[in-house]
Amino acid sequence: MATALYIHYPFCLQKCLYCDFNSVADSRIAPEEYVTAVVREMELRAERPPLPVTVPTLYFGGGTPSLLAPALVGKVIDAAARLYGLAADAEITLEANPGTLTREKLAAYRSAGVNRLSLGVQSFHDPLLARLGRIHSAAEARAAFSAAREAGFANIGIDLIHSLPGETPTLWEEDLRQAVNLAPEHISAYALTVEEGTPFYRLEQEGTLPLPEEEEAVSMLEMTVSILQKAGFEHYEISNFARPGFRSRHNQVYWRRENYCGFGAGAHSFFVEPGWGVRWHNTDAPERYLGAIRAGAPAEEERTCLSRGEAMAESLFLGLRLLEGVEEEGFAREFGCTIDEAYPGVVRKLCADGLLERRTGRLRLSPRGVSVANRVFVGFL
Amino acid sequence: MKIENIRNFSIIAHIDHGKSTLADRLLEYTGALSERERQDQFLDKMDLERERGITIKAQTVRLNYRAADGRDYVLNLIDTPGHVDFTYEVSRSLSACEGALLVVDASQGVEAQTLANVYLAIDNNLEVFPVLNKIDLPAAEPERVRQEIEEIIGIDAHDAVLASAKEGIGTKDILEEVVVKIPPPDGDSKSPLKALLFDSWYDQYQGVIILVRIVDGTLKKGEKILLMATRKSYEVLKVGVFAPDMREMTQLSAGEVGFIIAGIKEVQDAKVGDTVTHLNTPCSAPLPGFKEVKPMVFSGLYPIDTAQYEQLRDALAKLKLNDSSFSYEPETSLALGFGFRCGFLGLLHMEIIQERLEREFNLELITTAPTVVYKVNQPNGNVVTIESANQLPPQQEIDYIEEPYILASIHTPNEYVGGILSLCEEKRGIQREIKYLTPTRVMIIYELPFNEVVLDFYDRLKSISKGYASLDYEQLDYRRGDLVRMNILINGDPVDALSLIIHRDKAYYRGRDLVAKMKELIPRQMFEIAIQAAIGTKVIARETVKALRKDVLAKCYGGDITRKRKLLEKQKEGKKRMKSVGNIELPQEAFLAILKVEE
Repeated sequence: MATALYIHYPFCLQKCLYCDFNSVADSRIAPEEYVTAVVREMELRAERPPLPVTVPTLYFGGGTPSLLAPALVGKVIDAAARLYGLAADAEITLEANPGTLTREKLAAYRSAGVNRLSLGVQSFHDPLLARLGRIHSAAEARAAFSAAREAGFANIGIDLIHSLPGETPTLWEEDLRQAVNLAPEHISAYALTVEEGTPFYRLEQEGTLPLPEEEEAVSMLEMTVSILQKAGFEHYEISNFARPGFRSRHNQVYWRRENYCGFGAGAHSFFVEPGWGVRWHNTDAPERYLGAIRAGAPAEEERTCLSRGEAMAESLFLGLRLLEGVEEEGFAREFGCTIDEAYPGVVRKLCADGLLERRTGRLRLSPRGVSVANRVFVGFL
Repeated sequence: MKIENIRNFSIIAHIDHGKSTLADRLLEYTGALSERERQDQFLDKMDLERERGITIKAQTVRLNYRAADGRDYVLNLIDTPGHVDFTYEVSRSLSACEGALLVVDASQGVEAQTLANVYLAIDNNLEVFPVLNKIDLPAAEPERVRQEIEEIIGIDAHDAVLASAKEGIGTKDILEEVVVKIPPPDGDSKSPLKALLFDSWYDQYQGVIILVRIVDGTLKKGEKILLMATRKSYEVLKVGVFAPDMREMTQLSAGEVGFIIAGIKEVQDAKVGDTVTHLNTPCSAPLPGFKEVKPMVFSGLYPIDTAQYEQLRDALAKLKLNDSSFSYEPETSLALGFGFRCGFLGLLHMEIIQERLEREFNLELITTAPTVVYKVNQPNGNVVTIESANQLPPQQEIDYIEEPYILASIHTPNEYVGGILSLCEEKRGIQREIKYLTPTRVMIIYELPFNEVVLDFYDRLKSISKGYASLDYEQLDYRRGDLVRMNILINGDPVDALSLIIHRDKAYYRGRDLVAKMKELIPRQMFEIAIQAAIGTKVIARETVKALRKDVLAKCYGGDITRKRKLLEKQKEGKKRMKSVGNIELPQEAFLAILKVEE
């Protein structure tokens, strides 16, 4: 059964001030050591079910996986090919921080098998970058992009964040224009969320984080869609845009509830079978993860078998993130009841409020629904 | 038992000053509690019942004591916990006694609640003698507290018993004082029966059990009795005493305290303060002081989930079984659906009942802001009483409205006097007296419109005085007031459950304040919401909750769906506590916004 693979590399040179993801700076764990464990985990997984085979996509996420030497990245790709088999057209993505790249390194990644780059640009304004605690400048980001092209990357995505402290719609518009000018294949554009436990959260509590007013944030959201669409990008997911044929295949696996298997500290996995699906994740702390794998034990935590109700909810609140929406017949086939039977009155109300659209056998978010997607999703919990 | 050897007394104490422990010592010393039962706190058991109980029930216990003079005495301890809402009940219990122990924590001194009950005892001609408890504590200052008792209360405290209920110090001295200082009852067993009913409760096996103090005459099983206020008669099935368990006796005679079971079906028929006499040979006149107890504060109770209506009705019926002072009637609100308008003696009573409904019966309720009972005088001379703003007749049918006033006694450390005076003035109060009980303790007496007090007076008093001021009040009279009905409109439609009656001078300020608070409480929704306050057709305040335009989750890292789900579930939880009014969802708190403490 086709299974996407996710490799988590939880180390950074410096933790960004808004980041609450599983990543640490100043670790004493050597990259070689960590990659050895990841490969070991892949081997252990290959010995027992559920057995991932024929990998359609492989994704290196972090943390900062571009801190890994290309040889180490290659080692993981080779292991995937050896243990599970890579599809001929497999999408192999590396998340990369512009501050960690050189042309040589990029070329080496390319040779190791990486065919898609996801570049964490975030902003093209240095004062905003500094405020986020990023380790790179806008110039470095532009240089990294060109270097990647020169190194032969034909599929590059750029990550941007808007509604940053001190940001205005004008600044964001410039970011979008600059991104478009670089002509990437893919653009992710997220609104900043201030997460509990981050330095930004503390600043917000103290009242010293000058986040844009909601009106401005909304206009940044709206401008993102209109500018990128005009520039020829398809708006295919709430926060993701791609040139035709260049959607992130890996991320769509998440939204479509297809199999994925995560390796490395804190990596998440999902298998659609048995039952209504099962989710788990590895332990977050890198030391504990290494300890478990070295002992030949799984590092899994919180293995959850989903109920039918949970699976139905997921297929809607995940599926609706894709603007193509959810195929109603597919839902009925999978769960033995229609969406209206499962959630009486909900769709009608959301359609009446102008948040959902029901057309040609599909249910999808309306343009307005995209901005308030959580409101829609809550209806299906 | 000879009447000379009976002593009826109660214990007056502030909460935490050690009443329960002291009562335990008295029970143990006289053998009413065996060693085996020692670990149970007798009054605490009752306290718990009382905490869970809706009326504050009196309890009695009969103690046998051989005094230093070699004679055997019967000491009846009548426990009368006090609270501002139950002043009448407490006064009836006290009037069943000839004396009271005033228990004061020797490290704390006299507190306001104590004060209110001591005055009630003195008004009932009780012999009050002080006990300084907790003298074992290092912080105990018996001399200071003794002086305070003399200065504040004006009773002689030079020979106050020094006790530590915890350590068992002074127990015997207290019992001796009870015998020596408290006079025996002075009734006549041969006279026609005259007994004071001072409490009653419902027992599912035996029906209503009433507690009485026999003033004159003798009562035996099988006799026919008449309850003089309700004019209903019954045959006595059992008489007896609590010692502390229920013990049946052949008779109760003058001076004694005990229970009667007489096949009474409902507590409403056994009213506190009523006089029990023989049906065929009644006494000439009932005992003085009987009062019909009526609810003073009303509020609407609605289930958040309309499916809980039946459950709410059954729960109210159950509570009512044991509480005649509480009332309920079905009420329908356009905004809230089916619910009940409930009447309470006061704010504490209201809180207790609401809490019981939520805790014991697992109901989720919306409570509308409490109102008092108004008298509407109509041009045709009719007077209608109303318990809710929605019952107010149209303007042309109102000549004038009268509102109830209370006499409030506020006891406070002197540093808060300024703040409390301005609060009372703001609440349309009329100052009666400011009394310095000691250089640092002040009693402030005000006449206040009750409707100002039920809204947020108490919370603000507590906040001004950092919790140190206490409030006691009694009902005064009805006075004419310039009162108007203020409506709250949500997107142009008045929400009936949010209407309130308010003094015209306060309406503008209150209205502005209220809509501002509601703006904070109502979460943003898919469309704009206008919140307005209006008197008649005149809008006096307006706020707008802007439409929600952005609600998207951040990036999903590495397929962590569980976390996304948790965030959505949290959002949904918040939604659940909302009440849909039209197509707008209002949180529970919005209905109580009027009660929120203003800064």
